[in-house]
Amino acid sequence: MTARRVPYAVTVTAVLTYVLLHLPLLVLIAFSFNRSRFGVQWGGFTLDWYARLAARPDILRALRLSLVAGVASALLATTMGTLAALALARHLPRARRRAEALLYLPIVTPEIVAGVSLLVLFSWLGIGLGMATIVMAHTAFSIPFVTVVVLARLQGTDRALEEAAMSLGADELSTFRRVTLPLLMPGVLAGALLAFTLSFDDFVTTFFVAGVGSTTLPLAVYSMVRKSVEPTINALSALLVIVTTVAVYFADRLARGSTRA
Amino acid sequence: MLLAGPGALWLLAFFLVPILILLGYSFMPRGTYGGVEPGITLEHYRRFLDPLYLGILRRTAWLSLLCTLVCLLLAYPTAYVIARSGRWRNLLLFLAVLPFWTSSLVRTYAMIFLLRDSGLINRILMDLGLIVAPLRLLYTEGAVLAGLVYGALPFMILPIYASLEKLDPALLEAAEVLGARPWTRFVRIVWPLTLPGVAAGSLLVFVPSLGSFVVPDLLGGARQMMIGNLIQNQFGPSRNWPFGSAVAFAVMALVLIAMLAVLRVNRPPAGQGGAA
Repeated sequence: MTARRVPYAVTVTAVLTYVLLHLPLLVLIAFSFNRSRFGVQWGGFTLDWYARLAARPDILRALRLSLVAGVASALLATTMGTLAALALARHLPRARRRAEALLYLPIVTPEIVAGVSLLVLFSWLGIGLGMATIVMAHTAFSIPFVTVVVLARLQGTDRALEEAAMSLGADELSTFRRVTLPLLMPGVLAGALLAFTLSFDDFVTTFFVAGVGSTTLPLAVYSMVRKSVEPTINALSALLVIVTTVAVYFADRLARGSTRA
Repeated sequence: MLLAGPGALWLLAFFLVPILILLGYSFMPRGTYGGVEPGITLEHYRRFLDPLYLGILRRTAWLSLLCTLVCLLLAYPTAYVIARSGRWRNLLLFLAVLPFWTSSLVRTYAMIFLLRDSGLINRILMDLGLIVAPLRLLYTEGAVLAGLVYGALPFMILPIYASLEKLDPALLEAAEVLGARPWTRFVRIVWPLTLPGVAAGSLLVFVPSLGSFVVPDLLGGARQMMIGNLIQNQFGPSRNWPFGSAVAFAVMALVLIAMLAVLRVNRPPAGQGGAA
């Protein structure tokens, strides 16, 4: 678009939108450092609420479970999502449109529908709820995101490089290992980071498939919020926001890399 | 072909098959402890026609629609500014998308922190002397709407931005040379050409709003129930899985209708000039 002047009202609305998008979380984080326990009076800076979190065994256990679920489902989803992207880009151009519809359907389906349907599936099969079911469910909702991100990266790579490797005598496997994969790597890493984030932050699906013993961090936040509003929840939320922001920032940089059209 | 196998199988096993089982459950008589009995019945869908549940459905559709409109009003100008922001574009895009990746639960808690009786907004209003007693902001329809909009905005900004970005500036220059005023250029050129983005964004906002559960649960309280809470209730305390399945499937049907509507808008026009 050309650089004509943007009307005043348009700029004001945009600024308002960004304030609405970011002010709530910034306020939340700021008050996680607030000494006073009640209300929103500023009582001075403290790290006390974080120290209290670190002293709670249930929170540390929830953190461990969230990390394990995030890493496991990210590994599974990244492997399968990347392979699916390769197949879609290289071998199935015709099936592509239909396959893309299938990829977007899980993305637009309300999470609660997917969550309860998994609960029904697991109870139908007699699979006990726990870490295994959490990882299965998180892997499922992450695969489409990984595939979309890797597919975007594939569209930016030059097919001629692979052809050159092949004509110089590299077999299919070493072409993949030495040429295709290194070219794809930023997209794959971006997909993995996003898959980890989706799992680490997920509440709704986890709520239905976690069972009693497997409380992840978002589930812990939920039961705390239901009881009361207190600064330790701010501290825990701030940690979740910071982990997410860092992961998404790096994913964004990796994915942008050289694919930016 | 084989490469797509594992991912496709996983989605089949943990997305499509569960939804089909859910569909099956929704037609089966209710058993004890949330289970089902063999047989076929329409009672769960009939039960959904109860005015109580239709009321919840109406509130859900109304709030989702309102949320879509508010998002559109905020997101269009925002996408427009991003599309013209030059070297700030990447940063602005990143900041627009970031909330999407943040936990829905944390975002909702942030709203509670702002809106509750002793929250920041009431505090500021009281300190300024504008009010003497805290306003009731939490557990209202407005709070639910605010929570929904907050969560859904990125979904509206991105598709509109994508379609604005594709817009050919030469079209606008031509219109200007021919004497079209800014408002005319917007109504006759920019808006029709970005309509696919608006449609896609509306779908991505409307559909997840229909199924939202965390926002009405924490910001709405008992009187602002949406379909998501009804579903959760049936799978939780009420232990009526088949009825819950029927309600979940009703939501899924709305999702498919909305998707088909958007596909119609996004289909390349058969003739000329039918875009609006």
